[in-house]
Amino acid sequence: MNAIEVTGLRKSYGPIHAVRGIDLSISSGEIFALLGPNGAGKTTTVEILEGFRNRDSGQVSVLGFDPRNEGHAAREWRNRIGIVLQSTSDSGDLTVVETIDHFSGYYSNPRKVDEVIHAVGLDDKAGSLIRKLSGGQRRRLDVALGIVGNPELLFLDEPTTGFDPEARRAFWTLIENLRGSGTTILLTTHYLDEAEALADRVAVINNGQIIEISSPTELGGRSTSKALVTWREAGELKSEATDNPTALVNKLTSIFNGEIPELTVSRPSLEDIYLRMIGKTHE
Amino acid sequence: MNEIPSAISLGIRRGGFEIRQFSRQRESVVFTLFFPVILLAIFGSVFKDTIAPGVTFSQYFAAGMIASGLVNTGFQALAITIPLERDFGALKRLRGTPMPASSYFIGKAILVTVSMVIQIFMLFGFGLLFFGLEMPTGADKWITFAWLVVLGSSCSTALGIAFSIIPKSGRGASAVVSPIVIILQFFSGVFFIFTQLPPWMQQIAAIFPLKWLTQGMRSVFLPDSFATQEIAKSWENERTFAVLLVWLIIGAFFSLRKFKWDRD
Repeated sequence: MNAIEVTGLRKSYGPIHAVRGIDLSISSGEIFALLGPNGAGKTTTVEILEGFRNRDSGQVSVLGFDPRNEGHAAREWRNRIGIVLQSTSDSGDLTVVETIDHFSGYYSNPRKVDEVIHAVGLDDKAGSLIRKLSGGQRRRLDVALGIVGNPELLFLDEPTTGFDPEARRAFWTLIENLRGSGTTILLTTHYLDEAEALADRVAVINNGQIIEISSPTELGGRSTSKALVTWREAGELKSEATDNPTALVNKLTSIFNGEIPELTVSRPSLEDIYLRMIGKTHE
Repeated sequence: MNEIPSAISLGIRRGGFEIRQFSRQRESVVFTLFFPVILLAIFGSVFKDTIAPGVTFSQYFAAGMIASGLVNTGFQALAITIPLERDFGALKRLRGTPMPASSYFIGKAILVTVSMVIQIFMLFGFGLLFFGLEMPTGADKWITFAWLVVLGSSCSTALGIAFSIIPKSGRGASAVVSPIVIILQFFSGVFFIFTQLPPWMQQIAAIFPLKWLTQGMRSVFLPDSFATQEIAKSWENERTFAVLLVWLIIGAFFSLRKFKWDRD
């Protein structure tokens, strides 16, 4: 059974159509990334799946449960999911271990507190007050609180915003480990390299609709698109798009009889493809 | 697969968490617990008269201080801190866990009750030592005191949670809530002798719980002979019970139905 199944999802705020007919299937154990500019309908979609928002129409099933329902069944359902929100802070007067320990008590089968602290790399900070943590460390605490209930499905909203590169790499390793334990993950992110590094599939969403769903390497015909070769010739920067970059480089090598000035060979990055898809380009 | 924890047990867990969190906020602890004592010290030093045979103003004022302590630690504190928690996103995060709303409310009620008990002990201690406070005599007075504290703090907690829906932001909350509480204290006979207030003030005050809590506390701390000096010539404890119960039901209804976990 799919972890998430959405058909014909719609949601408007007054005259604004935030989500205009979204279909989505995410299988169990998959890491799925949702990409899109601000205001594209990403957050609305995810918040409907998380049970924070009502929808206007469409079918939604998350772990076989309609998130619109409340009561005891909703508690049982929340016991099986984990949510890491975009921005959460608190008074910060408790320590990392006190907070994680407290949240672990909400669930029927929580993970061990020290194991969670280790997984997010906060071992050195376990006894520190939250108020004394750095931004990246707080974010890792957010993730810790999202996974302490041992969820089958984890929602991650912009998890690494404000991380330094090293912390981001460490975080990616953490997500890879969760994949290893079979957790399904729905990730929304602004960082395309993050989607590329982590996701099995990505969906690009714009104006409340999904433009394309595919693997990061195949998105927008990326794997089959032409390579761009650029070099300097007679003081001028020249470029050529080609299906056979190796042949072109060989030709240039013989023309220049050796080193080609300022040679680059590039394929469109995920970012290039993405920007083209949402109708924007680099400068 | 274990069962998910019950709402009650999670409520008790929340209570411990709230108390631990509160105890680390030194300013709030000092303000909440010492403020009534400081007020008693000021009023007790300024007004040294007796207002009836055997009834000092301090004695009258101590009854009012305990009643308004219930309003401060419950209604006022919650109506200000819950919108702050909402601004921080802490409430939305809780909403995403299997912890039910009722557990969150139970946790708040435990926090209010525990800080109220500490506050009362401090008032008793300082009152006895420095201001000649006379303790209630007789089991019936203590029974009345007990139900007033329990019902009063539940009512105050429920109304504070319900009122937390109104302020748009945590920053604005204190500006909305504090004047309401201060005005109610003036109108309800906390700072002045209730019967000396203009009738229109008395009538407005009679709609709200603080006036009844204060009157109930007077029935505990003042001699029964003083009852004849009340508006109704009696303590009206049955009516106090009814008014507090009605407000508790109103507060609990709006808390459970309309509680806002998220800013928008």
